[in-house]
Amino acid sequence: MPLALDIARAHLLGRRRQSLVAVLGVTLGVAFFIAMSAMMHGFQNYFRTQIVDSNPHIMITDEIRRPARQPLALLHPEAAVAVTRVLPRDPVRGIANAGAILDALGRMAGLAAAPTLRGQLILRRAGRDYAVAALGIDPVREARVTQLAGNLVAGSLDALTRQSNGVILGRALAVKMGAGLGDTITGVATTGASAALRVVGLFSTGIETQDLGQVYLQLAREQALENRPLVVNEIDIRLDDITRSVAMAKEIEGRFGFKAAPWEETYSRILAVFLLQNIIMTTVTGAILVVAGFGIFNVISTVVLEKARDIAIMRSIGLSRRVIVRIFVIEGALVGSVGTMLGWLVAMAMAAGIARIPAPGATDPNETMRVAQSVDLYVVASLIAMAAAIGAAWLPARRAARTDPLAVIRGAT
Amino acid sequence: MIAAIAARGLTRILPGPVPTVLVEEIDLDFAPGSFTAITGPSGSGKSSLLYLLGLLDRPSAGEVLVEGAPTAELDDDTRGDLRLERFGFVFQFHFLLPEFTVLDNVILPMRELGQLSAAAMRARGEALLASLDMAELARKLPGQLSGGQRQRTAIARALANDPRFILADEPTGALDTRNGRAVFAILRRLAEEGRTVIVVTHDETLAALTDRRVQLIDGRLAVDAPVQDR
Ligand SMILES: Nc1ncnc2c1ncn2[C@@H]1O[C@H](COP(=O)(O)OP(=O)(O)OP(=O)(O)O)[C@@H](O)[C@H]1O
Ligand SMILES: [Mg+2]
Repeated sequence: MPLALDIARAHLLGRRRQSLVAVLGVTLGVAFFIAMSAMMHGFQNYFRTQIVDSNPHIMITDEIRRPARQPLALLHPEAAVAVTRVLPRDPVRGIANAGAILDALGRMAGLAAAPTLRGQLILRRAGRDYAVAALGIDPVREARVTQLAGNLVAGSLDALTRQSNGVILGRALAVKMGAGLGDTITGVATTGASAALRVVGLFSTGIETQDLGQVYLQLAREQALENRPLVVNEIDIRLDDITRSVAMAKEIEGRFGFKAAPWEETYSRILAVFLLQNIIMTTVTGAILVVAGFGIFNVISTVVLEKARDIAIMRSIGLSRRVIVRIFVIEGALVGSVGTMLGWLVAMAMAAGIARIPAPGATDPNETMRVAQSVDLYVVASLIAMAAAIGAAWLPARRAARTDPLAVIRGAT
Repeated sequence: MIAAIAARGLTRILPGPVPTVLVEEIDLDFAPGSFTAITGPSGSGKSSLLYLLGLLDRPSAGEVLVEGAPTAELDDDTRGDLRLERFGFVFQFHFLLPEFTVLDNVILPMRELGQLSAAAMRARGEALLASLDMAELARKLPGQLSGGQRQRTAIARALANDPRFILADEPTGALDTRNGRAVFAILRRLAEEGRTVIVVTHDETLAALTDRRVQLIDGRLAVDAPVQDR
């Protein structure tokens, strides 16, 4: 064993209790850092996949964010023309040329698109009225873009394709209405138009507002009810490669003019909250590691004072200042690495424990807290812990190396 | 013959509001294999002179020559290397590392020098201890030893790297007469092996066991004479 390591080990073993406290400080810091981060990342990942899976990756809506090019600019394409204070045209409700846009989107690689027309509908059944949002969809395209097909608990999207006046209800709503597959319900739109709708499917998302307040019709049926033939007000897009959502949205908006929002934009507030959570969490658990650094500083400072004579004789024998610094930095590194490794074990245990806690508010009682332990977390925690440990050891180590050995030798004789 | 260690106009003044003169204008040559005692009253500068001769301290004026070579220009690391290879120090306090066994204390300088294999270091350490009648105590901790045994361990450590110069400051200060004489007998043997031995003592009877007596008074050289009655 190298001399410096040997001496460092002897010093720590000579102060067992204090060393142990310092080690446990690091252990605690590392364990909490990993376990808390894993829990939060688990939750955030879960949330993110939920968003990504159950929402369109890009949503084209009937808004125009950029004003059209002005005639003056069109007339002089090469000139430096600036027309200021131009407002976008008053939004025409609805994407009028949806068919052309869908065709164009259909020719783009790596995405699937589905149109939707949203409207209000009153469902009548057994003398009662139920106000719901009606979504007119293209069942074939819808299957490629949203989770609707997967959320069906009865019936099928094919049935909606075949049945021009078919309707798919949330199961909760169906129960409330006392309606089942094959039953007929009257739907009245705000235009006053009405239709006899036949239940061809039931879905359940677990999200109450949707299960109770949303129904699906054929796009053409909804357009007829709303009296807006050929109009849609939303095109949902699902991407093969989710990471391209921002770039693709930009391209689509540039090409068709309608607002195309990637899911990151739609959920930007939640993502911002996640970021803030992560910053706060890292700061707090990082603070634990800094406190652990105090523990290390404490034990090594004590050893430096206590071992003044040993340091003095080593220096007079001819050991350099560097060797003295090395001894105490190794002590910090030893405390840091033992603490870190114990921290890993505790973190694994904590993560396993957290993963067994039932998720609060989950519809499925078997659903537990999500924990995302990545190697990255362990690496980051270890790096912070080792930096804190070595930094905390460095200060007393430097002091030890600077003290004049002669002063100690004089004093001892 | 070139002196093993030589002092030339050696002066050490502690700076301060009232500067303290530790040693002043010392000129001394120590021949290889010589055995010298530095004596003098308490506070006369014996230890200060020894620290200068052992390159532990730097003079304010004058210089120390080691085997004819000047040392003033050497940086701390080089002086440290020189001490490690050529000097062995023994102080009044033993300065043994309390967590290390006697043997580990003895081989510590060898490990820092790093010229021998681990096995060779242990063998040499054990041989050194045996030559000081300490063979049985190699595995003991310093706390388990008597004062004389500790001091002999410190001597063994001073000899670890086979130094040419042994500098001892009151090595018998904490010992009784019998142990003190034993230490001086060891020092004599080392001188006979060809090492240059300089020992600080305020004990005139022990000083009489050396070959040459150098006396300091108030930091100045007062007497420098061979020991006669031997
Ligand atoms: N760090 C210091 N600060 C102030 N004075 C000092 C210091 N070191 C030594 N001295 C003084 O310098 C003088 C010489 O000290 P030194 O230790 O060399 O004497 P000594 O001959 O070894 O004494 P002793 O026999 O008591 O060991 C003494 O008067 C001492 O008080
Ligand atoms: Mg002295």
